[in-house]
Amino acid sequence: MDHGEATTTTENAATASHLGPPLVELVDVNKHFGELHVLRDINLTVRKGEVLVVIGPSGSGKSTLCRAINRLEPIDSGTIRIDGQPMPEEGRELARLRADVGMVFQSFNLFAHKTVLDNVTLGPRKVRGVGKAEAEKEAMALLDRVGVKNQAHKLPAQLSGGQQQRVAIARSLAMHPKVMLFDEPTSALDPEMINEVLDAMVALAREGMTMVVVTHEMGFARKAADRVVFMSDGQIVEQATPEEFFTNPSSDRAKDFLSKILTH
Amino acid sequence: MGEYLDLVREYNVLGAFWVNIQLAFWSALLALVLGSVLALFRISPIPTLRWAGTAYVTVFRNMPLTIIMVFMVLGAWGQLSVTLSSDFDMNFFRLAVLALAVYHAAFVCEAIRSGVNTVPLGQAEAARAIGLPFLASARLIILPQAFRGAVAPLGNVLIALIKNTTVAAAASVATETSSVMRTMIEFNSSWIIAIFFTFAVGYVILVTPVGLASTFLSQRLAVRR
Repeated sequence: MDHGEATTTTENAATASHLGPPLVELVDVNKHFGELHVLRDINLTVRKGEVLVVIGPSGSGKSTLCRAINRLEPIDSGTIRIDGQPMPEEGRELARLRADVGMVFQSFNLFAHKTVLDNVTLGPRKVRGVGKAEAEKEAMALLDRVGVKNQAHKLPAQLSGGQQQRVAIARSLAMHPKVMLFDEPTSALDPEMINEVLDAMVALAREGMTMVVVTHEMGFARKAADRVVFMSDGQIVEQATPEEFFTNPSSDRAKDFLSKILTH
Repeated sequence: MGEYLDLVREYNVLGAFWVNIQLAFWSALLALVLGSVLALFRISPIPTLRWAGTAYVTVFRNMPLTIIMVFMVLGAWGQLSVTLSSDFDMNFFRLAVLALAVYHAAFVCEAIRSGVNTVPLGQAEAARAIGLPFLASARLIILPQAFRGAVAPLGNVLIALIKNTTVAAAASVATETSSVMRTMIEFNSSWIIAIFFTFAVGYVILVTPVGLASTFLSQRLAVRR
């Protein structure tokens, strides 16, 4: 049974010395889209400082898993805890918990009517109550860090996709999140812009940010991930260190998937 | 020609148009506020509010304005003694404004909702993801973009509203254009065509800039994505 094996490798990966206590916990999570069972009994723990990469064929439920963690997708049953607190159903409590969970989307989703700088300062000012000057100072530092400081006063539509996505990362960081979710952050980018975004993500990972990354970028997984989770048909089929997963996948579905994407 | 100009002056045609402009201004303002609140109801996560918004729109969008106008005078004021001013004429004026506002608010709501549909879902998701509660994300992210996407349909509502101010005649606002036109024709039937065209052209002049402005603004304010 590859399930048993997957559990052992998880524990190996999760006991790595630099990882802290559990930060994101999913227990028996189930979700349906009508007839379709998109998340099946998902059990997953992400520890503080861990970089978790979720991969799998399209329609495997990996994006839904990512969006369920900050309840952009409500779940049918099970529990999701962030830093020990269960995700509330609706209202102010949910908003408060979401503020601690950064999210970077496939299509950037920068606020189209606001400048880059306002995109980054909006959360700190309106959610955290930070003053304008202080928020702007920090925003500029963050924009500098992701290399788009000189674009601060432009509108998102005037930036390239890669620049927009880096602004989106800065916008998330401005909230000082406990964990960041990346939902296929490079899938909508032109090839020449993928690396600038991945570089920013690798830098974050090196600094110890807890990250859940849904991606097709195997290079990123090898370089930055502590653990790779392979999903198929709404289930976690296999999880292992990137080294182990890419060189010696244990399940047939993972072997099949890797053979399809690694042939070029 | 001189006789015609005397007629226009005698019946204060310009003053009559001014009454309609004032009716339009106040009812447009009120309709915009009420319509925005209704639109908020209709996109809110609370089912009761959504239901209330839908019910309001269904009732008032499908009801003739004249009937609301007549109800304001005969029902709200006549039977229920709703008085909005101690001044007799001002009372009717305000009742007419109220009727125009509650009627057009339904259309404003739908125009804003069509604007909301121009805002990609990802904008709301990003707002929620940084921890903004519903009202804050509606106020800061969704509605500002929705209004800019709704300029053209809102312009159409304003055009309809300006012309519909003539229905205030049914609420006994005797100084407005259609009432003045009727009186002028009654007493000067030989000038009927000229009188008719005076008012017709007057409205074309009044309303045309609104259409031009809304087309201009809808392009100017469109959110670039």
